[in-house]
Amino acid sequence: MSQPSAQLAGWSAFLDRFGRVLAPVLVGAALLGVWQYLVSVVQVDDVLLPSPARIWEEWEANTGPIREAAGITGTNALAGLAFGSVLGVVLAGIAAAARWFEGMLASVVAALAVVPIVALAPVLNSMFGADSEFGRRAVAAIAAFVPVYINTVRGLRQTTPLHRDLMSTYASTRWQTFRTLTLPSAAPYVLTGVRVASSLAVISALVAEYFGGPRGGLGAFISTSAATSRYALAWAYVGAAIVLGLAAYVATVLLERLVQWRLPAGGS
Amino acid sequence: MTETTPVPPVEGPVEHSAHDDASTAADDVGRAASATEVAVPAAAPFGPPPPAVLVTGLTKRFGTRKGAVHALQDVELRVEPGEFVSLIGPSGCGKSTLMRLIADLEKPTSGSIEVFGKTVKQARADQDYGIAFQQAGLLPWRTVAANIALPLELHGVSRKERRERVSELAEMVGLTDFVKHHPDQLSGGMQQRVAIARSLAEQPRLLLMDEPFGALDEMTRERMQGELSRIARETGAAVVFVTHSIPEAVFLSDRVVVMSPRPGRITGIVETGIGADAARDEALRENPAFFAKVTEVREALHGVPVAEGGREAR
Repeated sequence: MSQPSAQLAGWSAFLDRFGRVLAPVLVGAALLGVWQYLVSVVQVDDVLLPSPARIWEEWEANTGPIREAAGITGTNALAGLAFGSVLGVVLAGIAAAARWFEGMLASVVAALAVVPIVALAPVLNSMFGADSEFGRRAVAAIAAFVPVYINTVRGLRQTTPLHRDLMSTYASTRWQTFRTLTLPSAAPYVLTGVRVASSLAVISALVAEYFGGPRGGLGAFISTSAATSRYALAWAYVGAAIVLGLAAYVATVLLERLVQWRLPAGGS
Repeated sequence: MTETTPVPPVEGPVEHSAHDDASTAADDVGRAASATEVAVPAAAPFGPPPPAVLVTGLTKRFGTRKGAVHALQDVELRVEPGEFVSLIGPSGCGKSTLMRLIADLEKPTSGSIEVFGKTVKQARADQDYGIAFQQAGLLPWRTVAANIALPLELHGVSRKERRERVSELAEMVGLTDFVKHHPDQLSGGMQQRVAIARSLAEQPRLLLMDEPFGALDEMTRERMQGELSRIARETGAAVVFVTHSIPEAVFLSDRVVVMSPRPGRITGIVETGIGADAARDEALRENPAFFAKVTEVREALHGVPVAEGGREAR
């Protein structure tokens, strides 16, 4: 076709490829720019809103403690995510096999789904003692359990009548059918549940630190820094919390991709 | 037509009566003796081998909210080892139900079904039959090879044996170059060939096929028909083949079982007389004798008696 349209197509392909990466980076940089401008030119009170540069200074000065705090929160979140996910998958497996069990569990799951972390954290933290991380992990586990359970129950129902007939003609045992048909059909759903749960686990582990338990972790440091008016440091910890949450999310997205690649779901 | 084409021997007047009369069964036995010599080399030491499928007095009703549906009524059918039998009829005539009953996927309301002299439950446990449906029903997360190997895997066949069997089967259905592909990378016809290979994995003596080519385009369909009849001949398996297509039924079968709905029952059986050894190729499709049989099945479907002279004149 004509030259300009080809050029246009080339441009749009270029924008497609780089726009996806470039656009969010530009938006982020612009926001930071406006923020810095508000503080250093418009003279918004530094106590009220520390500039990005100040926060960065604090970050650099406290890399060690930040990393340590992120490690504690991350470990709690990961332990909660792992336990909650395993529990979710196992209970969903039982629920898929026995309807009465699912009915029995429905009200518990509904209750867990709506229970606020802020309500649960103080109770669990005092239950397991001030020097135990267990309460925080339990909070993360409860938060992670719900989406994994709900998605897995749905996933375990994705087998088609045709596939079930086929397994039946192979005189396949219940366990064989579960392993070769039901579980692989559910895998994408389980992973979606885990992806949602990963962010929830990080948030829950972090928020639980506001309500007692041992000193340490990003949430605990955010609250103490803010309480002692070290706002720039508090913001640095907030930044670390964002990084941690994103890392958890990206990790589970990659896991999801891996499973999709190993167990493609297309075709008949 | 070219004169080099072997014209299939079409028998004269063909039995075309209600199937429950005794002479039909006798004919079947006699016929089987001649047709299955090649297919079943090692006959049982005592007496003739049991039929691949023996259906007696079979009735099936489904209870639905609107009342009972009479899916099958008093069905009698005998399929000999190595015989290719098609079930044909309009929707709702119970042909798929009959196949599902033979496969032990449904339970009969009354009557009995034997597969190689065993109950259907036992036959299923022993993997005496292989099955293919209208949809290929492949597991999308498995490669072609792993799909073909699925039944073998479930029955504890060793990895090495599985690999050998898969490569044999893949060659038989012409998919050797695609064993590492996933189903979504294959065309509909290729997926169906994988399903057929899978149904043959356990070397069954009976193949049950429920409109396996129903979703394919005409060209692919005809090619698959040729391949299936070659495979059936190579393996010596009996085939029960459900179809909507009259030419397909005639082309493939030794006998075409015509069924009618409400209640589902067998209304006639047409012997194609093509013979197990006759080449099922393009020439056969253009053979006047083939057309005559197509007409005969069509008339049986529509309930018009076949006039002896009229058929010869065509």
